[in-house]
Amino acid sequence: MMNKSEKTAMLEAAGAPDEIEGRSLWRDARIRLFRNKAAVGSMIVLGIITLLAIFAPLLSPYEYDQIDWGYIQEGPNWENGHIFGTDGNGRDLFIRVLYGARVSLAVGLLATAVSLAIGVTYGAVAGYFGGRIDNIMMRFVDILYSLPFMFFVIMLMVVFGRNIFLIFVALGAVEWLTMARIVRGQTLSLRRREFIEAAHATGVSNFKIIFRHIIPNVLGPVIVYMTLTIPQVILTESFLSFLGLGVQEPLTSWGVLISEGAKVIEASTWMLIYPAVFLALTLFCFNFIGDGLRDALDPKDR
Amino acid sequence: MLSYAIRRLLIAIPTLFIVITVAFFMMRIAPGGPFDQERALPPEIEKNIKAAYDLDKPLIEQYGIYIGKLFQGDFGPSIKIRDFSVAELIMAGAPASMQLGLSAIAIALVFGVAFGTYAALRQNSAVDFAVMGVAMIGIAIPNFVMAPLLSLVFGLYLSILPTAGWGDGEIQYKILPTIALALPQIAYIARLTRGSMVEVLHSNYIRTARAKGLREKLVVNRHAIKGALLPVVSYLGPATAAVMTGSVVIESIFGVPGIGTYFVKAALNRDYPLVMGVVIVYAVMIIMLNFLVDMVYGLLDPKLKSH
Repeated sequence: MMNKSEKTAMLEAAGAPDEIEGRSLWRDARIRLFRNKAAVGSMIVLGIITLLAIFAPLLSPYEYDQIDWGYIQEGPNWENGHIFGTDGNGRDLFIRVLYGARVSLAVGLLATAVSLAIGVTYGAVAGYFGGRIDNIMMRFVDILYSLPFMFFVIMLMVVFGRNIFLIFVALGAVEWLTMARIVRGQTLSLRRREFIEAAHATGVSNFKIIFRHIIPNVLGPVIVYMTLTIPQVILTESFLSFLGLGVQEPLTSWGVLISEGAKVIEASTWMLIYPAVFLALTLFCFNFIGDGLRDALDPKDR
Repeated sequence: MLSYAIRRLLIAIPTLFIVITVAFFMMRIAPGGPFDQERALPPEIEKNIKAAYDLDKPLIEQYGIYIGKLFQGDFGPSIKIRDFSVAELIMAGAPASMQLGLSAIAIALVFGVAFGTYAALRQNSAVDFAVMGVAMIGIAIPNFVMAPLLSLVFGLYLSILPTAGWGDGEIQYKILPTIALALPQIAYIARLTRGSMVEVLHSNYIRTARAKGLREKLVVNRHAIKGALLPVVSYLGPATAAVMTGSVVIESIFGVPGIGTYFVKAALNRDYPLVMGVVIVYAVMIIMLNFLVDMVYGLLDPKLKSH
C-alpha cells in the first residue's frame, strides 16, 4: 500500500498536474469566498430561511390552510401564536410565509436547473462546433432575446392553467439564453486547446468531448451565473403569482401573499411587510453570494 | 454602417413575424374559448357567433385571414369589450403606457449612469459602498412591492400625491408609477455603470489621457464615459423588455388606463384579437428599441464601425 503523498508524487510524475492545479484553483476560490463577509452572512441567512422552509410544519401550531375563526385579519400577536398575524381568511401568516418560501425556493432551484441544462448544452454545442452551426444557433438566441418573453410566459400560464410544473419549465425556458451565451463564449476559447485536440486525436466522440471535457471546464462562470439566475427566477415567479397566475390556493407563494397584502395595505400592513421582507432578503442574499462567487472565481476582475 | 443597419433591420422583420405566429397559435391550441360560459349557448347561436369572428374555419385559414387583415392595419374587433375594435382600445391605452415606459427608461438611464459613475470615481470609499448597497436594495425589492409601499407613504401617510388613476395626465398622477417602474432599473444601470467605469478607468488609454495632463473632469467626461457606457447601451434592450412587463403590474396597481391592464384581463378572457394586438404592440416597441440600441452601439464601438 502506498500512502497519499506517494500517490500524489506518482500522479505528478505521470503528468497529471492539470488535475492538481484545478483542485487548488477551487480551493483558492473557496478561501476567497469565505473571506467575503457579505457572502458568508448571506449564506447563513439563506441557510436559516431554507431550514425554516423545510421544517415549516413543525414550527407553528397552525396548519397552512387552517382557518382560525377567532382571529380574522388580526395583527401579529405572540400570545395566540400568530406571530405574523393572520390573513383575511383567518389563516396563520407565519406558516403561510414559510410555505411560500418552500414554493419560491423550489421554483427558483428547479427552474434554474432547467435553464442550466438547456443553456449549458446549447452554448457548448454552438461554441464547440463553431462556424456556420454556431452562427445559426446564436442568431436564434439573438432573435429570442428580442422577444417580449414574459408575455409568452403569461399567455402560457393563462392558456394551460396554473400548473406548477409548467412554471418550472416556462421560467427555465426563458432564462437559458444568457447562460447559452456565456458558455458559448467560454467554449470558443477552449476548443482549440491542446487537451481537446488530444481527446480528438484519441478518437473520443464529439458528444463525449463536450460533456466530459468542455462542460467541466466552464463550470466557474456557470456557477456564478446560476446564483444570479435563482433570484431572477424567484422574482419572476412572484411576479406571475402577483398577477394571479402562479400557484393555486390553498397553496401559496411569496408573490401570492404580497399581492394579497398589497390589496389591504392600509388596514393590515403586516400582510405585505412579512412576505415582502422574506422575498427581498432572499433576493438580497442570492445576489451577494453571486457577487462573492464572481470575485472569488474571477480574481482578475477586482 | 449602412449595411449593418440594413442587416439588423432584415432580422427585425422576421422576428416580428415569428412573434405574431407563435402568439397566434399558442392562443388557439389552448383549451377553452371566448364563448365558454357557465350556461352553454344554444348550438345555433354559438355557431353564428363563431362564424362572425371566423372562429369556425380551420386554424390555418384563420391565421391567413388574420395576417391578411393585419397588413391592412386591421387588428380586428375585441371579442369581450363589445363595440370596440382592438385598434381603438390600443389607441386609447397606448399613450399612457408609452409615457410611463419611456419616462421610466429615461429616468433610469440618467440617474443610473450618474450614480454609477459617482460611485466608480470614489471606488471602495464609503460613498461607493453606500450607493452600491442602496442599488442592491433596489434590485432585491421588486416593483410590485415598491409600488404599494410608495403609495402608502406618499399617498396615505404624507398625502401629497394621488395613489391611483391618471387624471387628465397631470404630472402628479405620473410621479409614483414612473418612480416605481424606474427604481429597479436605476439600480441595475448604476451597478453596470460602476463595474464598467472601474474597468475603463484602469485601462491604458485613460492612463494616457491622464499622462498628457488632462483635467480629471475631461478625462471622465470625454474619454471614460464613452467606453463605460457600452455595456449600459447593450443592457437597454433587456431593460426595455423589463420595463414593459413591469408596467403590466404597475398599471394595474396604480389604475393607469394603459394597454398593460388589458393584457392580463384579455388573456384570461380568451379575447384573442385583443391579446394579439397588445403582444404585437409590445413586440414592435421592443424590437424597435433593440434596433436603436444596436445602432447606438455601432456608433459608440469603433470595433463595429469598421464593418
